[in-house]
Amino acid sequence: MELRVLSLYPEQMNIYADRGNIVFLQRRCEWRGIDFSHAGAGPGEPVDPTAHDLFYIGGGQDRDQRMVAKDMVASKREALADATGDGAVLLAVCGGYQLLGHSYQLDEEKLPGLGLAELETVREPGPRLIGNVAIEVDLGSGPRILAGFENHGGRTYLGEGAVALGTVIEGKGNNGRDGREGVRHDNLIGTYLHGPLLPKNAWLADHLIALALERRYGTRPELEPLDDAFEDAAHASARAAAGA
Amino acid sequence: MSAGFATKVALARGIGAASRASGRGGGTTLPGRVLLRLAPDAIARLGDRLDGGATVVSATNGKTTTAGMIAAILAAEGRQPVHNRAGSNMTWGVATALLEQRGHEGLFEVDEAWLPRVSEQLHPRLVVLGNLFRDQLDRYGEMEALADDWARTVAACEGHSAFALNADDPLIADLGRNPEGRPREGVLYFGIDDPSQALPELQHAFDAKHCRRCGHPYEYERAFVGHLGHYSCPNCGAKRPRPDVAATAIELHGMEGSRSTIRTPEGEIELELPLPGLYNVYNALAAVAAGIRLGVAPKRIAAALAEMKAAFGRVETIEVGGVPVSILLIKNPAGANEVLRTLLLEAEDEGEGIDLWIALNDRIADGRDVSWIWDADFELLDSAVRRVVCAGTRAPEMALRLKYAGWPTDRIEVIPAIEPSLDAAVAAARDVASLMGAPMSRAPRVFALPTYTALLELRKLLADRGLAKEFWR
Repeated sequence: MELRVLSLYPEQMNIYADRGNIVFLQRRCEWRGIDFSHAGAGPGEPVDPTAHDLFYIGGGQDRDQRMVAKDMVASKREALADATGDGAVLLAVCGGYQLLGHSYQLDEEKLPGLGLAELETVREPGPRLIGNVAIEVDLGSGPRILAGFENHGGRTYLGEGAVALGTVIEGKGNNGRDGREGVRHDNLIGTYLHGPLLPKNAWLADHLIALALERRYGTRPELEPLDDAFEDAAHASARAAAGA
Repeated sequence: MSAGFATKVALARGIGAASRASGRGGGTTLPGRVLLRLAPDAIARLGDRLDGGATVVSATNGKTTTAGMIAAILAAEGRQPVHNRAGSNMTWGVATALLEQRGHEGLFEVDEAWLPRVSEQLHPRLVVLGNLFRDQLDRYGEMEALADDWARTVAACEGHSAFALNADDPLIADLGRNPEGRPREGVLYFGIDDPSQALPELQHAFDAKHCRRCGHPYEYERAFVGHLGHYSCPNCGAKRPRPDVAATAIELHGMEGSRSTIRTPEGEIELELPLPGLYNVYNALAAVAAGIRLGVAPKRIAAALAEMKAAFGRVETIEVGGVPVSILLIKNPAGANEVLRTLLLEAEDEGEGIDLWIALNDRIADGRDVSWIWDADFELLDSAVRRVVCAGTRAPEMALRLKYAGWPTDRIEVIPAIEPSLDAAVAAARDVASLMGAPMSRAPRVFALPTYTALLELRKLLADRGLAKEFWR
């Protein structure tokens, strides 16, 4: 078996140590004897929707995000729509999450989005939403906690029928108002939680690995359990920092 | 001074004296805080009395060390500037130094975010800018936005200030050009001109990718520390300026320091620097450029730097229970990477690997967001560590990072509290040294890598034990 990961704009969308998410996936595959391949797709580069099963996009500086928004719509939107429509996993964090929606307001400019999720990100008066955060999510196996750190100026509102990734226990979430955090649609997950997210929540990393392998091999594999003493302690630490 | 202002100054001074007498420590910020509350323009009013003018130093990494180097250079000339030497570098730290010290000139390290405000009030004679790396995004925001603020500050200072700027950091070098791309007045550039010191590949936390002029990606011929290196823009032709002060031949000697040949507009000097790593070569280059601008002869500068002692918490060694503990502050990916590179050189001489104590705190002064540890290349030491104790408010997350960097988990221990964790690290280093037997054994030593507030806690602990002076004394 092989987990095939594609990072979108790894040179531009990486400011919240997004590399940590990739390293975390890689090690957990290697320790289980699952092959791991990782490629990147930068500006202008096309994406083959069948070549990868887990797509990742992180956060970037405003300048980079502006460029990426336009480039992604021009060069990758259809491939990503095909891939996610066909069960591929897409994990979009922070700036990458904002780009999933129909549009994204940056200063005076309204940037185009991928339109893969019913959401819109706008600017509102008030400070950036910054701090430790914990949310409760249910990805089909009962309620679990995700812990992380958020740092965003944009406020994201989900459209009608869109499903939030979780509900805020501590922190601000999508917009600091409606208690919702992130978005989920099939195997697409968008969230403001970085930290990075997966090292703080090993259970989510394993869940995404299993979904991606299921897409490639047809059945969801039983992942071999690992000694997660360090992972559990780190999760507890991140939760405690958020006060949850 | 007006009578009203004089009263406020006296009141704030009294508060500082009382704070120190109470022994609760600090006193490096409280008087300034009080004064700024009473008189918001206090920095400008007190700064006006510095008839020799003020030098301000800012950077993400190295500002305390660089300012300390400049202080040493001035001291060699018998000059004693008003200086916020304890590293309290926001407005209240600057105000406190101005309140409590007398002198003809000022020397202030200034927090990146506060540089515009402080410069506005001080009208500095010299502005020394070292680097901008990703650091505490929860507090500073994006680096490019910070660089834009600095560009406005530099433009406002042009004409009455001189500048010492790092040619190798595109975010800093570009500050020396006006919006039309022409060189500003009074700029002295410094940089490294020794290609043998280049990194084998670009690091993960690589921060200045796009041309400050046109937005096109830079091309790097080589990088030395993070994104500091030799770059040019293939689109608009903007490129690294030729440094006026340049290290042309560098030898690094691990924790011992370095030796370099430095070209200056006033001739070449040989610099023996007793501080480790290429990042301290950059700090020294900034100090040499500043020293020249402040009228000190290069040979005098080299002699002063050779006698340098590390700034508080930036490479100092303190003996704890018979074991030397070398303290190296880590606070962001670029700085941590340089510390890790230095430790790798040390580890090459150690068969079993080195002993470490890493303390990760997430208080406001550290940055609440500890994501950055995943951007630092801890992988460098994956087979160089005998034992590591992780401490601090986020100790378990540090331990996890090391596990995923490939460090063997049976060598990683988590003890969050500062005191017992340090004692455990020291005891283990001592035990292994005695097991291996004198005199062939290695000298026991622990490398302590705290974040900023963990460093304060460590320093307090060592002071309480009588092992180190309290930093505010």
